[in-house]
Amino acid sequence: MTEVDQAASAGPRLKAAGPGGRFGRLGEVRHLGLVAALVLLAIVGLVTKPENFATSSNLVSILALASTIGVITVGMTFVIIGGGIDLSVGALMALASVWATTLATQSYGPVVMIVCAVLVGTGAGLLNGILIAYGRMVPFIATLAMMVAGRGLAQRMSNQRTQLVQQDNSMIVSLSTTRVLGLPLLVYVFALVVLLGWLLLNRTTFGRRTYAVGGNPEAARLAGIDVRKHTLMLYALSGLCCGIAAVLIMARTTTGSSTHGDLYELDAIAAVIIGGTLLSGGRGTIIGAILGLLIFTVITNLFILNGLNTADQLIAKGAIIVAAVLLQRRSLKTPT
Amino acid sequence: MDKNVARRGFLAGGAALGAGALISACTSNEPAATQQASASAAAPAAKEGNDAPGEKVVIGFSAPAADHGWIAAISKNAADAAKQYTDVEFKPVEPTNDINQQISAVESLIQAKVNVLVILPNDGQQLNQVARQAMDAGIPVVNVDRIFPDKLSYRAWIGGDNYGMGVAAGHHIGKTLKDKGVSNPVILEIQGIATLPLTQDRSKGFADALKTYGFTVAAQQDAKFTVESGTQVATNLLQAHKKIDAIWNHDDDQGIGVLAAIKEAGRNEFLMVGGAGSANAMRDIQADSGVLKATVTYPPTMAASAIKIARLIAQGKGMSDLLEQQVPQSITLASETITKDNAAQYLPLGFES
Repeated sequence: MTEVDQAASAGPRLKAAGPGGRFGRLGEVRHLGLVAALVLLAIVGLVTKPENFATSSNLVSILALASTIGVITVGMTFVIIGGGIDLSVGALMALASVWATTLATQSYGPVVMIVCAVLVGTGAGLLNGILIAYGRMVPFIATLAMMVAGRGLAQRMSNQRTQLVQQDNSMIVSLSTTRVLGLPLLVYVFALVVLLGWLLLNRTTFGRRTYAVGGNPEAARLAGIDVRKHTLMLYALSGLCCGIAAVLIMARTTTGSSTHGDLYELDAIAAVIIGGTLLSGGRGTIIGAILGLLIFTVITNLFILNGLNTADQLIAKGAIIVAAVLLQRRSLKTPT
Repeated sequence: MDKNVARRGFLAGGAALGAGALISACTSNEPAATQQASASAAAPAAKEGNDAPGEKVVIGFSAPAADHGWIAAISKNAADAAKQYTDVEFKPVEPTNDINQQISAVESLIQAKVNVLVILPNDGQQLNQVARQAMDAGIPVVNVDRIFPDKLSYRAWIGGDNYGMGVAAGHHIGKTLKDKGVSNPVILEIQGIATLPLTQDRSKGFADALKTYGFTVAAQQDAKFTVESGTQVATNLLQAHKKIDAIWNHDDDQGIGVLAAIKEAGRNEFLMVGGAGSANAMRDIQADSGVLKATVTYPPTMAASAIKIARLIAQGKGMSDLLEQQVPQSITLASETITKDNAAQYLPLGFES
């Protein structure tokens, strides 16, 4: 562990990425920018729709909407910090949801369904990892293949139909309908995943190694890290998150469907990038990614509250991605 | 007299065909063998008049990928209809949502020199050219649902009435609210894919019908025809409007997600009308347990009818219910409103989403 620490402080890029360092805190400068953006959006909400925006039920809605994709975003943050990318997340979520609800139609209970969803997600993630770490495939290509094939498999399994979560599996649906302290259970699942993700990234050797592997794989290898095994674990982790997200989408929509998670991969990647994670790896935070995601969710909410259409919403999202990345360039002062 | 017998045969055939189509539409999860059995069991009843075996015809068929309940029912109904006839060879091509691929697939059917083509295009405008090629090559085209803009591109068109769906939904909501004496109601609309002409037609019909009651649509959002998007959009819409009088959701597939969001929010002060007529929606309406009080149909049985029409065209026959010697050029199906009162009657026609 101390060796890793030394390795991590060896290169200039790794130096800044120490666990619990300035990239792990909410108060970090770039996070303040994101928080400011959220505050700005909140003000827009308060001004345009005072009677709707700041209500507790609206805030609950925003959190519930953010939960599914938020869980995926946590996994994506690990993969991108580790120098990779996972394009298959949306498809894996669909696949896991379909697989689980297929079991439901054969009258298996909710526990089996949840375990199935998580196992399918993790298994597919492992396969991504094997292709990338041991098959030496470029992550973009390997996960692209998984994205296409995963969706196809989901369509095949579901016979391209929407599969309802049966009433006797209400335990899954209750994740969305049961409220504790005013928040649906799935928001707690989301919060737990974020917390565990944060701890894993900032307080463990695994997290330290993730930064090292993403920052400079060669240095990481010389420092004694099994880079391949670590890469494998990162994709498995992302797949696990997809499995959990599948359970949440089943809870929210009461269905499993091969159309679930359409374009989630792009939303998750955008959130991670807006959150200040470098696409080249080695740097980034969970908190930033979640803030980035919340910004997206709040924008969608504001647009619908004000009765504006989807097209304008997409333009706004695009503009925000560009603005966020331009701002980060300046604050990072990276030599080009 | 002769004519009458022929006509009766046609009707019986139609009934048998319809029954076959619905049985299969409702049993999608069962093994294929069961479906075949039910289809062939229905067939012997239909051997008179236009349904009597005639000259052998090869029917080429192309439709979008069945990632949606309604489209899935379309392909299934077409295949089942073709199975009813010993004189029909059914040649479907791989369904796809990629326009480019669908064009190639239709081209391959033209190359294979099928007798007649049945095409449900992903987009009528974009597939117009290749349909025209088929017509120019002497292969009549039966255009299903999404219409080709160029009349030279098809011999016959059969499809639903998107504008009529909007009108039916608008009248149901308008009349219900008027009867309740509601003034200035908040009426919302959750569309499918906003960029499709069919969506715009539905919305136009809805607005026009509501206008006759002096009502307007307060807000409109699109939900891409998917369950997940239906949940997302509905969740936000419910926040935007603290009091709602009615919602028209264009599509029963995405409606599952919309209803999940409504349940999650614990709202029930409004009525909701669905679209397309899925079996799930009809069962919900029949149970009368939630906000869903009606749905307006967009029958997927049109694909079975299209196969029937294609066969008649290829064999040079007319439709024996009409006096015409040939199949009509255009058939617009009616959009009907299904409520608690008539749900039982329509349930067999519903498709599982």
